[in-house]
Amino acid sequence: MTFPVGDLFLILPELLVITAACIVLVLDPVLRPSDKDGLVWLSLGTLAICMGLTASQMRAPVEAFNGLVIIDMYGAFWKLLLYFVTGLTILLSHSYLKEERLYFGEYYGFVLLALAGMMVMVSAADLLTIYLGSELMSLALYVMAGLKRSEPRSLEASAKYFVLGAFSSGILLYGISLLYGATGSTRLPAIATAIAGQSLDDPLLLFATILLAVGFGFKLAVVPFHMWTPDVYEGAPTSVTAFMAVASKAASFGAFLRVFIEGLGGLKANWSAIFLLICLATLVLGNVVALVQTNIKRMLAYSSIAHAGYALIGVVAAGRLENSSGLASVLLYLALYTFMTFGAFAVAAMLRKDGMEGDEIEDFTGLSKRHPVAALLMLIFMVSLAGIPPTAGFIGKFYVFMSAVEAGMPWLAVIALIFAAVSAYYYLRVVMVMYMREPSDATDRAPQLVMSPAFSIVLACTAAGVVIFGIYPNPVVQLAMQAVSTLR
Amino acid sequence: MSLVFFGYFGGMVAITSMLVVALRNPVYSALSLLVMLFHVAGLFVILHAEFLAAVQVIVYAGAILVLYLFVVMLLNVKEDDRYHSQWRIAAVVCVPLVIESIVLLSGGAGSTGHDSRSLESGPHGGIAADNTLAIGKTLFTTYLFPFEVASLVLLVAMIGAIVLAKRDFSESREL
Repeated sequence: MTFPVGDLFLILPELLVITAACIVLVLDPVLRPSDKDGLVWLSLGTLAICMGLTASQMRAPVEAFNGLVIIDMYGAFWKLLLYFVTGLTILLSHSYLKEERLYFGEYYGFVLLALAGMMVMVSAADLLTIYLGSELMSLALYVMAGLKRSEPRSLEASAKYFVLGAFSSGILLYGISLLYGATGSTRLPAIATAIAGQSLDDPLLLFATILLAVGFGFKLAVVPFHMWTPDVYEGAPTSVTAFMAVASKAASFGAFLRVFIEGLGGLKANWSAIFLLICLATLVLGNVVALVQTNIKRMLAYSSIAHAGYALIGVVAAGRLENSSGLASVLLYLALYTFMTFGAFAVAAMLRKDGMEGDEIEDFTGLSKRHPVAALLMLIFMVSLAGIPPTAGFIGKFYVFMSAVEAGMPWLAVIALIFAAVSAYYYLRVVMVMYMREPSDATDRAPQLVMSPAFSIVLACTAAGVVIFGIYPNPVVQLAMQAVSTLR
Repeated sequence: MSLVFFGYFGGMVAITSMLVVALRNPVYSALSLLVMLFHVAGLFVILHAEFLAAVQVIVYAGAILVLYLFVVMLLNVKEDDRYHSQWRIAAVVCVPLVIESIVLLSGGAGSTGHDSRSLESGPHGGIAADNTLAIGKTLFTTYLFPFEVASLVLLVAMIGAIVLAKRDFSESREL
């Protein structure tokens, strides 16, 4: 057997990202601190090249490395989204790390390595490869969560994330091994053939499905596997939190959908029932607990849990529908969720109080007076997160709810709508604090937004996404439709 | 002949593993663990699992045991009596193990024969083939991609541990 040279071209984006990460890690110790901005530009340039390469790969599915990797529209959709989020993360981190006085060149290396893990996750057609990709992503994220070492909360977040992440990886691996026992393969197409026509009567298959659902549940942070999320999101450096809340969730959803549609598609009716329960619990708990949060990062953490619940509505619908509109709504939802959540975290990251992070909701008091533009953008993000038209958040929720109705579950859409109304309370409270509350002390001790060119680009990109796709969502809808069409 | 070797390796494993818990000096315990791991590797060789035997020596006897010794010596525990009053827990754990071994020895005779048969008629030409070669070939051809991803996972773990554990990072790096 010869070495698969042709396959290397198929995974060229992955190779480029890994090479860039290694160059960053090697150059970091030898560069003078003033030259380290070069690492940022190197990372961004790599992402731009990868974006072009992946866009050129958006065609019929091609298998590589003996069918362990599959390059298709579906993977390309997630990869493009991940490049975008990683680019935003690097830009935001450039400003944020300076404020936090964290001069880690390794930081950008870890961002790129986490990205490489995510790319492996979304384009792998084999359970073991997916598992290794998720480990690569998670290990990089554990380290990044603990980078703010002067802060005990950051170290606590890192340790907590590590312990629970390792635990969930174990459960996922256990599920994979049981599935291997039941079907004799770890490759998704082979698994699909092995379980065709079977139901969950086989206890081995039942346990495997449940364990896989639990393992992925931890990665997606859905109730009841969400316990780590608020503490980790609060303690980690905010730029890392934004990366985790958006990129890691998107990659996990990408791998999760591929496993459950391509591999376990024959058990659709069965896993749809499991996810219906998880989805309802997530919607209720995520939205209700977010009501009482006073810390903006914790509030956004619960909000991200609730949003995973909305995306799961699409998954539940996909399990009951013959066509792929349910799946497309999940992809669309997560793509649009990216813009608003990242924007909100970016504003939270750059709000500084006495050189510290101003991460209480109270710190937003009177922001509209001091920074009218930034306050307006935060208003847009909050309105979009609440799902009020004409923003991207509304479009995402609209398509997800439509797929639920199409799947014959209008009651699920109604419940989700009620909890969307509940969520408006805590999102709009931030707006109320920014616009209607007078600052108690008008001194210069009030929290200030630290503006920088990179931060402005992040805000402009995310806000433009929220507004443009809120009014004209067609390009993303088409892309999501095309992406799921390659999913078997 | 192989029965003699099995008796030797099995007996040594039994004796040294008892010594691990019976000896009072933790360094002696760790060393008897080392001897035990070597004899387990010997058992693997009898079963024609040379690759597993090599991994056993390299990973367990080489890496993990050195780590144990490091911890024992760093903590500087001489003779610790804390762990010698746990015979009640040990008794509770022993009961299911004894039952299990009785079940295995009495009813499991047929299943043992089945196991050895399935080993010899494996899909890769049985155990007579060089299994290290077979594993290496599979890893570097069929599973090349996940294998390389695993190496990246190790790279991240290594650098991550250094980044998190290095002292005085912020002071030396500040502008």
